Amino acid sequence: MTLTEPSRALDEIKIGGMGASRKRVEDNRFIRGKGHYIDDVVLPGMLHMEILRSPVAHARIRSIDTSAAWDVPGVRLVLTGEMMATRNLAWMPTLSYDTQAVLATDKVRFQGQEVACVIADDPYIAKDACEAIVVEYEQLPVIVNPTQALAADAPIIRDDKQGQHDNVCFNWEVGDKDGTDRAFAEADVVSRIRMHYPRSHPSPLETCGSVADFDRATGKLTVYMTTQAPHIVRAAVALIAELPEHLIRIVSPDLGGGFGNKVPVYPGYVMSILASILTERPVKWIEDRTSNLISTGFGRDVYLTGEMALRQDGKILGVRMHTDSDHGAFFGDAQPSKFKIGLLHSAFSCYDIPTAHLTARGVYTNKAPGGVAYRCSFRVTEAMFFQERMVQAAAEDLGIDQAEFRRMNFVRDDDFPHRTPFGFLTDSGQYAKCLQVGLDAIDYEGFRREQAEAAKNGRLLGIGISCMTEPLGAGNSREYDILGIKMFDSAELRVHMTGKAILRTGAKTQGQGHETTWAQIVAHELGLPADDIVVEEGDTDTAPFGMGTYASRSTPVAGAAVAMAARKVRAKARKLAAHLLEVSEEDVEWELGRFYVRSAPDRGVTIQECAMAAYSNMPDGLEPGLEANAYYDPPNLTWPFGCYIVTVEVDPVTGVWDVLRVVAVDDCGVRINPMIVEGQIMGGLTEAYAMSSMQFITFDAEGNCIGSNFMDYLLPTAWETPGYELHEVVTPCPHHPIGAKGIGECATVGGPAAFVNAVMDALKGHGVRNVDMPLLPDRVHEALTTRADVSGAPPIRTDS
Amino acid sequence: MYPSRFAYEAPRTLDEAIDLLAQGRGEAKVLAGGQSLVPLLKLRFANPDLLVDINNLPGLDHLAIAADGGVRVGALVRHRDLERATALASAQPVMAAAAPLIADPIVRTRGTLVGSLCHADPQGDWAAAVLAAGGQVVAQGPHGRRSIPVGEFVVGPFQNVLEYDEVAVEATIPAARDRVAGGFLKLERRVGDFATAGTAVALELDGDRVTRAGIALTGVGSRTLDARAAADSLLGRALTAETIARAAELAAEAAQPNSDHRGSAAYKRHVIHTFVTRILTRVTTTTTEHAA
Ligand SMILES: Cc1cc2nc3c(=O)[nH]c(=O)nc-3n(C[C@H](O)[C@H](O)[C@H](O)COP(=O)(O)OP(=O)(O)OC[C@H]3O[C@@H](n4cnc5c(N)ncnc54)[C@H](O)[C@@H]3O)c2cc1C
Repeated sequence: MTLTEPSRALDEIKIGGMGASRKRVEDNRFIRGKGHYIDDVVLPGMLHMEILRSPVAHARIRSIDTSAAWDVPGVRLVLTGEMMATRNLAWMPTLSYDTQAVLATDKVRFQGQEVACVIADDPYIAKDACEAIVVEYEQLPVIVNPTQALAADAPIIRDDKQGQHDNVCFNWEVGDKDGTDRAFAEADVVSRIRMHYPRSHPSPLETCGSVADFDRATGKLTVYMTTQAPHIVRAAVALIAELPEHLIRIVSPDLGGGFGNKVPVYPGYVMSILASILTERPVKWIEDRTSNLISTGFGRDVYLTGEMALRQDGKILGVRMHTDSDHGAFFGDAQPSKFKIGLLHSAFSCYDIPTAHLTARGVYTNKAPGGVAYRCSFRVTEAMFFQERMVQAAAEDLGIDQAEFRRMNFVRDDDFPHRTPFGFLTDSGQYAKCLQVGLDAIDYEGFRREQAEAAKNGRLLGIGISCMTEPLGAGNSREYDILGIKMFDSAELRVHMTGKAILRTGAKTQGQGHETTWAQIVAHELGLPADDIVVEEGDTDTAPFGMGTYASRSTPVAGAAVAMAARKVRAKARKLAAHLLEVSEEDVEWELGRFYVRSAPDRGVTIQECAMAAYSNMPDGLEPGLEANAYYDPPNLTWPFGCYIVTVEVDPVTGVWDVLRVVAVDDCGVRINPMIVEGQIMGGLTEAYAMSSMQFITFDAEGNCIGSNFMDYLLPTAWETPGYELHEVVTPCPHHPIGAKGIGECATVGGPAAFVNAVMDALKGHGVRNVDMPLLPDRVHEALTTRADVSGAPPIRTDS
Repeated sequence: MYPSRFAYEAPRTLDEAIDLLAQGRGEAKVLAGGQSLVPLLKLRFANPDLLVDINNLPGLDHLAIAADGGVRVGALVRHRDLERATALASAQPVMAAAAPLIADPIVRTRGTLVGSLCHADPQGDWAAAVLAAGGQVVAQGPHGRRSIPVGEFVVGPFQNVLEYDEVAVEATIPAARDRVAGGFLKLERRVGDFATAGTAVALELDGDRVTRAGIALTGVGSRTLDARAAADSLLGRALTAETIARAAELAAEAAQPNSDHRGSAAYKRHVIHTFVTRILTRVTTTTTEHAA
């Protein structure tokens, strides 16, 4: 092979490599309506499943009569808990070592719980037949919050569990109790705050669903399903249903959003699998909107109380936290096994605080189970909200400016690695710089003047700050596992002979744009144009084993695996280059897309030429082909930093508040695709705005879910969503192969406190420390008129 | 979300539609914009045997707006048509103010004002605007036409006085004798949300004296409420700080709100008070501007 023109290093941006704001390749099919979602899966002879759900929140089931349902023409199968029990499938394990009913046998424990299901020729028939099932319920007293759950005479919700004599599902603690007690004994000032982080729901626009297809002839079970973690599901099916793992194929097609909602295994999946085995036909289950909202994984629902020990000069000496979390009827949190309240103890990681102590108590209630990480890394949303609300309260008590107070207590740039008060190890950051960029952008001093001026006319302006570093990219395998499976991730890269490539990972994109960014990482490592690399995820028959996508872990873990796989390919390509250039490997140098001879830089070969040689001209003794596998077990978590600043105006008469400006400064390390990073931040800020202003799932005293459709559970529209001003600081992660830290959830995690702090700042001087989210106008108005906190929100008021 | 089985007819004449409804004997339902009925079908809250789609009927899409405040809205006039009707701002400001606050642009493209009146949602907006303006619904059945004042048309939550074989063909607002003024304010948690509380005010003024007044409330009772005492308190008077305060107080008293996830009863009353005050105060400032 002769080279006519000397090849040269490529322009990284032009090939769509690191730092290129490359358009998302997946959007091409999405905006043309050519996506392939679960409901697009249509198989020959497919049947349809509908679920009958409990209308009441707590009741003993006296009887279930399905005879009329069997009589509806077109009905093929009716399943009840009793029938599931004969196959040992009436209950299933949750991701937090509890059990959850697949179909209720003894009692129903929340409104919307699965009671029976019908499999029929079409979904209309299945729905008709569900209505023909007669269930006799004997109603029991209902519990909708921790106070009721912990009352002495409270009925026991989980009477199915041996040895369960109350409604407590765990007590857990972390930190240094004695050290913290000492810090409080030495404090000049102690600040206190009490809040409720309301129950919210991830609400992906595509609801959950599955198409189970069991083939009796081959013994193979194929399940198309909406899952963020297909390999975990395969493992679960193999271990729980005791089906052979090599005959189970889980396929997660295009996902219309996940946000944590599609991590758990839901009863509907299990029923569709059993139904397909029994009918020997493919069975489709597509959840409707209400079912998704009332029965699948929610987020938050935690009561937070905290105290901060302070020195008069502003130094934080220690923190005490207590949480009472409401887990609904089954403890189904999706989180690493070791941590009962997720990573809530990641709070205060960006501040230099000597000691802290957290106690956590979880309770069962008659509400839907879940506790998924709704766009957050295992309850760090609650952690950072708590932290930044507490910090603001402390600054106010000390009479120190809120920005200054944060600056005084930040971990300094030269103080890394830093041990956090709860024992995490952070590695890098420029916290004070990020804050300064934000303050300059919003013109902090200018706004303070404007605020004082407006106050003279009775107008209420406010500014809120929220800063946080959050732990992303679980695990390392020493500490992080789900049901015993360690939290690493994987990538497999195959370069074809013409220099095109296919990359597969164990992650599963659901809007994050993996098909775009993974190709950019390969482009960066190998100099192949990103357009020449196709990315595939979600099919357990082809993808390498991985733990899936949630908790902002894909770039920190799977993304690292991609880089490592590409580096292995490059190492092999180097051998091929040495062979082609007829020099020894040590004399070969690399620049983007090309190997050359160190002593004669004009003599070189491109990566594509190496690829061709791997199949057509390999040296003796070298294995043919050009591909590599990498399993990446991160040495530590990654710690991005975010600073969010919001200004608002509150109408003092009605309590209505409007957002004036939102400034976000994010340091997520190296940005692979800045446009995608910005999209993630804007989406996160919108969810933060939603939770702070309008969004919550609540329950009335009977346990009826208020928030069972999009008229009651509100997603903000383009109309009210504020505009965002985005800024960046880049501190590369020292241990990640490409210096990235993860960004998927930062703004959702850090954002809410900025909005709430802004409204609280506007209410300063009105005797109010806290109003619980969502800050609906009536709550703000109540705080203004009563000059008192609106905290520890009760279930909704109903006096009708 | 799968509705139960129903038959569907799309007649070409009004008589045919009325015949079909008569044959349905109460098990048939008119389908207009479908923005309320279709969700009810999907939730199986409504399970009619027959849908009579009136979208193909001729002569129901008229929107006539006279300078004297008289308005006729055919049964197929969409929310969007009203939102875009520039003449409405001076003819019936209460309606012009309400139109862009109904639902969201997608719903406004299909939904109809007459359908909204028929649907009688206690949180609907049009019934309040039309009630304040003194409007009527014109219904046609096998035995001819009749006009029903909106205040009598809506009798309860999701209940109107139509016979099962009657079609509402239009809504009408009578011409005004004097200068028309008014406004509509709605507190919503998000665009497209139903009202936490809403207030419609329609006035006629001779000089600065109020000669006709209508104040109607939405979201604060089991149906659209006519705050008659509040409106009457303004009759024959000028809008001053005192008369406005009195009307606001009476309107707040007329409200019958419940506490729910949108807000407490006391808060909703307070919002009604605030909205009446704000609308009437705005009317006085626009009046002065005109005079200046
Ligand atoms: C997301 C969403 C948000 C909304 N927000 C608001 C809001 O903020 N404010 C608001 O006021 N409304 C709101 N609506 C309701 C909307 O305004 C509906 O369009 C309206 O209530 C019904 O009009 P329609 O033409 O769609 O009637 P349909 O849905 O077709 O019918 C409604 C009912 O009226 C009957 N009906 C309709 N037309 C006639 C007729 N000519 N004669 C006899 N009976 C008839 C039907 O049989 C049915 O019972 C919202 C709707 C949605 C889906």
